[in-house]
Amino acid sequence: MSGSLARPTTPADPPEQDERLLHRSTLRRLLGRPELGAVVGAVAVFVFFSVVADSFLQLSSLSTVLYASSTIGIMAVPVALLMIGGEFDLSTGVAVTTSALVSSMFSYQMTANVWVGVGVSLLTSLAIGFFNGVVLVRMGLPSFIITLATFLMLTGMNLGFTKLISGKVSTKTIGDMEGFESARKVFASQHTIGDVNIKVTIVWWLALVALATWILLRTRAGNWVFAAGGNAHAARAVGVPVARTKIALYMGTGFGAWMLGQHLLFSFDTVQSGEGVGNELLYIIAAVIGGCLMTGGYGSAIGAAVGALIFGMTNKGIVYAQWDADWFKYFLGAMLLLATLLNAWVRKRAEASK
Amino acid sequence: MSEREQQPQGPDEGAPANPAPRPASTGASAATGAEAPLVELSDVSKYYGNVKALEGVSLEVRAGEISCVLGDNGAGKSTLIKIISGLHQHDAGTFRIDVQTARLGSPREALDRGIATVYQDLAVVPLMPVWRNFFLGSEPTKGRGPLRRLDTATMRETTRTELRRMGIDLRDVDQPIGTISGGERQCVAIARAVYFGAKVLVLDEPTAALGVKQSGVVLKYVAAARDAGLGVVLITHNPHHAYLVGDRFVLLKRGAMAGSHAKAEITLDELTRQMAGGSELEELSHELARASTPTPRPGRPTAE
Repeated sequence: MSGSLARPTTPADPPEQDERLLHRSTLRRLLGRPELGAVVGAVAVFVFFSVVADSFLQLSSLSTVLYASSTIGIMAVPVALLMIGGEFDLSTGVAVTTSALVSSMFSYQMTANVWVGVGVSLLTSLAIGFFNGVVLVRMGLPSFIITLATFLMLTGMNLGFTKLISGKVSTKTIGDMEGFESARKVFASQHTIGDVNIKVTIVWWLALVALATWILLRTRAGNWVFAAGGNAHAARAVGVPVARTKIALYMGTGFGAWMLGQHLLFSFDTVQSGEGVGNELLYIIAAVIGGCLMTGGYGSAIGAAVGALIFGMTNKGIVYAQWDADWFKYFLGAMLLLATLLNAWVRKRAEASK
Repeated sequence: MSEREQQPQGPDEGAPANPAPRPASTGASAATGAEAPLVELSDVSKYYGNVKALEGVSLEVRAGEISCVLGDNGAGKSTLIKIISGLHQHDAGTFRIDVQTARLGSPREALDRGIATVYQDLAVVPLMPVWRNFFLGSEPTKGRGPLRRLDTATMRETTRTELRRMGIDLRDVDQPIGTISGGERQCVAIARAVYFGAKVLVLDEPTAALGVKQSGVVLKYVAAARDAGLGVVLITHNPHHAYLVGDRFVLLKRGAMAGSHAKAEITLDELTRQMAGGSELEELSHELARASTPTPRPGRPTAE
């Protein structure tokens, strides 16, 4: 550094180096990532259950853990995108059930190929997302209230329509209908690689994470998501279509709900109409553990995936450790608190290291 | 600077055919002096319900000049900005862009017509990196179809070079914009507007929240934008800052125009006096002087 005064003055410094910048170590760079807290948490949970539960490290356990993670993760990814965009969705849990119910009942009542029901269900799920989004941007009400209303309405409709149509709280079986086997292949199959069972949802989950990461970091739409959540007013002023972005994000959660709903339906062949209540919080928890800021504008899809992985490991780890499953909620709560504190601390450090 | 002051023409005579012969500060703006105003408002009014937010205000903005709008809080400065930047529409009077009458439906439309506004809150997203903020809303892409993606290398490099060209030397364009100083943020916002081909730059109180030194830095970039041939509208309540860089001054008071002067016609003292409310200020000082010696209330026991 002593030579800095005598240094010959070059007209243009090499663009990527600035003498005021200390060498930014890889560690520092990592500290700036939103996922960091979740990754540290995931490693801790993994080590913890590896020690206390003998069977946790077996390959078959691993695939079970991944499956449990994927059923949360498929929804956690679009929910994380929505949270980065600055909004909430409390209706996701029951929307999954709605998607499965629509698919099943439409096929059954119309005696159509189940793929027709799957298509109608997709449209319905996207429409629910569209409804949430449009009401939000038109009315300017907080998303908490709007999606809480949607949540309640869907919960009621799930039960009401199912009883009205099939006379019971569950749908009639569609296992013998045309197209069921092929739909099951797409939404609920499993493949054995070596000794490991890989459920197809894991593939869907990872594909969604990759797609969401690509959108967030490498497309204009992704830039708009961050901007819409970080400062919607500013985004609008520079010409970002904030309303359209938010509606699209809600339709994204609709898509996730559809995918998971079809998985539920085709894993079995009937759907319980009361399911899904409370799951919306799990998706939000996964996104928050993964580093999404509650106020929007910050977070990542990979983080949400790691958050879902923590969920899966804790959920199944408790079983493998042969503890009472009631402890799961306690662990989840503690994890949420720790992850949020860690995230807040990391972010403060990252921003201070300008 | 002395040459700049030789401007015989009044600001709102509506005679674009005979503009002041002004010296070109750069070669690029040599021809701009003979052109019609980029933006011209005459007798513009805006009502919110039964509230007259703005009435009969005229303003013209020429290439390579800085038009200052001065006024106290609630004088109608924000309303004026909102009309020029397309957030609101005027209710009466004419609004011309490049001599054609215009009515802007959205900020996007204003941007497309070359009017860029830098708001007081700077329209930046604090948690996003400087380079993402620089291109927000106008991101360059490469590839096509599903592979159409942000051209991140170009975005980073352009941000760095554009800021350097304006004389802003940022350490790292990857840092969140919320971590750089207020003055730097203001400069990034101005550089962004200049880069995206703005012809008219509207600045809303760019020095309001800044210290003396940072204000100076920002005013330097405002002057740089002017020298690059842009027409600048500078909204401020600080007559000292306005007088340093301004070519013409419009004073607003309670939604109406209280004065309109070219720089040659007015001194800083007079501008400050008018801005501060002139006779109102004298009245206030009178009131304050009386209030400074409170009369004891009658009937209250005085402790001796």
